[in-house]
Amino acid sequence: MSSTAITPEASFQDSHEEKQSFIKKYVFSTDHKMIAKQFLITAIIMAFFALLLSILFRIQLAWPDKDFPVLEFFLGKWAEGGRIKPDFYLALVTIHGTIMVFFVLTAGLSGTFSNLLIPLQIGARDMAAPFVNMLSYWFFLGSCVVMTASFFVESGPAAAGWTVYPPLSAVPTAISGSGLGTTMWLLSIFMFIISQILGGVNYISTILNMRTKGMDLWKMPLTIWSLFITAIVGLVSFPVLVSAVVLLFFDRSAGTSFYLSDLVIGGEILPNEGGSPILYEHLFWFLGHPEVYIAILPAFGIVSEVLSINSRKPIFGYHAMVYSLMAIAVLSVIVWGHHMFVTGMNPFLGGVFMLTTLIIAIPSAVKAFNYTATLWRGNIRFTPAMLFAIGMVSFFISGGLTGLFTGNATIDIQIHDTYFIVAHFHFVMGSASMFGMLAAVYHWYPKLYGRMLDNQLGYIHFWLTFIGAYLVFFPMHFMGIDGVPRRYYAFTEFPFMEKWVSVNILITWAAVIAGLAQIAFVWNFFYSMRNGKKASKNPWRATTLEWTTEVKHIHGNWEGEIPTVYRWPYDYSKPGHPDDFIPQTVPHSETMSSNLLQDFHDNEEAIKIQKEWNKENNRVESES
Amino acid sequence: MYMEINKEEIFRTHRAQKFALWLSMIGMFMLFASLSSAFIVYTASGVDKGIKTILPSAFIYSTIVIVLSSVTIHFANKAVKKEEFAKQKTFLLATIVLGVLFFVLQLHAWSVLIDRGIYFINTNASQSFVYIFTGMHLAHIIGGLLVLIRCLIGVSRKIPYIRNLYRMELAVIFWHFLDIIWIYLYVFLLLYQ
Repeated sequence: MSSTAITPEASFQDSHEEKQSFIKKYVFSTDHKMIAKQFLITAIIMAFFALLLSILFRIQLAWPDKDFPVLEFFLGKWAEGGRIKPDFYLALVTIHGTIMVFFVLTAGLSGTFSNLLIPLQIGARDMAAPFVNMLSYWFFLGSCVVMTASFFVESGPAAAGWTVYPPLSAVPTAISGSGLGTTMWLLSIFMFIISQILGGVNYISTILNMRTKGMDLWKMPLTIWSLFITAIVGLVSFPVLVSAVVLLFFDRSAGTSFYLSDLVIGGEILPNEGGSPILYEHLFWFLGHPEVYIAILPAFGIVSEVLSINSRKPIFGYHAMVYSLMAIAVLSVIVWGHHMFVTGMNPFLGGVFMLTTLIIAIPSAVKAFNYTATLWRGNIRFTPAMLFAIGMVSFFISGGLTGLFTGNATIDIQIHDTYFIVAHFHFVMGSASMFGMLAAVYHWYPKLYGRMLDNQLGYIHFWLTFIGAYLVFFPMHFMGIDGVPRRYYAFTEFPFMEKWVSVNILITWAAVIAGLAQIAFVWNFFYSMRNGKKASKNPWRATTLEWTTEVKHIHGNWEGEIPTVYRWPYDYSKPGHPDDFIPQTVPHSETMSSNLLQDFHDNEEAIKIQKEWNKENNRVESES
Repeated sequence: MYMEINKEEIFRTHRAQKFALWLSMIGMFMLFASLSSAFIVYTASGVDKGIKTILPSAFIYSTIVIVLSSVTIHFANKAVKKEEFAKQKTFLLATIVLGVLFFVLQLHAWSVLIDRGIYFINTNASQSFVYIFTGMHLAHIIGGLLVLIRCLIGVSRKIPYIRNLYRMELAVIFWHFLDIIWIYLYVFLLLYQ
């Protein structure tokens, strides 16, 4: 094929890349692989920050009557006498939730792996708009910085919960966290949304327009499908949060009354009249619910890929996997009312939302069964990535089952805002997405850094985290059924909750141990960057395109022409083929001994050739 | 290492970027759609809610102005396709002037509303919504004007033809979109006045 030398209008500005400055290469990089690393490392730092916050409030919950002078040393006035203040406790849970949901499980998961995998797995040189892609990261970093900085303002960070419901969040004088802290929260989330939109349009457009030759939609790996659908869901729902946030901002800072009405603070009647906080809840949850799917969908795709590769088997029900992803995505935008069953919603409307919510069980069950069927009789390799992928399936099932209870309006009225909800979402979207993300990090680390992670540390990390997470969140179900409300500062004030203090001590110890286990991961992650075993080109013996690139990163990904794709990405252990995997780049003409007639999709010519070959070589034709 | 890039790949990138613009317009549309639905829900919440005034006539003039600007940018685009750069520059400049005029007229409409005692800070938030709609649209207009100015700078600096053409193409799509969004908002508000 004739190629022309690079023209000035080319968007790949830096094709001569030997002499790239440090700033251009590591800071203001437009290379999707570098941006992926930036997203990942930022997300890891933010995840540790959020983990630290959670340990702090766990300490408070386990030992509400004890003083820890060391806390005062670090937190100053927020922990006078070594005891965390109620205001600060609320800030801790708020920022923990915000960071984990938005920064880690949204930007960290789909930001990192969309950037890394989309161009590599579909066979593109880079994203559609590399510069916009870079902007996406910088807006994300900006929002992280603003959120973190809110810990250093005098009135403290936002403290109205990660959903920042008005009126608590809308009246600056309500609690100390509703002051400057909440303004910064809003600014941070505004920047975050811009980052997500800029990233999302890029991901969708790249997938639809930049696929290499032969890569039709049904030859895409499930990771790409899931990242694609995630980006669409994000594009449709994130702008709605902009409206919610902008209106809230004006209510707080200008004095409008979109959400506020009939408020008296400290004996003083507020001028705001006629607004409705329920309006905010609708706007927020129109994003908020799709948002939890934005966190879990990429994990679905990643786990499909990792399970298939490490079971050495094709993914079970490839098409069903794609259709269930689509079904979940569509349903995700019509279920937001199930967060609002107790807002005085019309029972009929509640019934509709309940129905749509419970229908999600169907595509979710399809996925769970397909994962199990993929493992069934597989030639399983228990790599750390594989363990995390199986862990994800485990958490998704345990958390998904409780979804049937929380989604049911009548039961939800009992368990609303209790620890049952906390347990539910920490399993199904928290732990499950987190495990999906960790599976991806272990699996694609060789692609990111050209070296392998240490397996032993990986196993320690997995088992401590897995058992720890179950010990932390499982007991919370029982607390919730008993009616223990979430976000309460201390359980010692209410006689019926006192019996749960001992359980809280168990949970806190489990959280501390699971938290410490993360050190194994971080050590592994940063130590292996320089000292890990050198990775080969295709360490997992996988079929997808990213493993056809060189270990060393180059701008443009493939040195020569981009490879052409001939087959779907799950040809593992195909009978008749000497190897237990056939890369997507191998044409069917080279694998005559393993081709099935269905591989040719009714291509008469190809079927005829195959049949003739079969006859000549005495190959028994497969029935299917 | 010297990497050769297919011309085909460059065109594909351009097509993908244009598609990304369309996608981002879906995102912007969702923003206005959610604001509209919030407005509808809020206005239905009581008889004392609603815009309760006739929209200032400045909105009619601003509508005419922005439609005109869509026409001028269309001509600018036609000119660049025929490689008539002087004409392109004139029409681009006209579009920018009309865009700024639109901006001024919207601000004028706000002052008319304020004269009538319809403030942004209002216990009837339907009236605050009028400011939100127009304000959010104006925020996008600022973005649109920056895009147009970038085009103008491009053509003045005589950037390569293909890039000029491409920039114009994106700018035209975006500016028409802003026009259509405004017409949608105006009709929406008219229905509720």
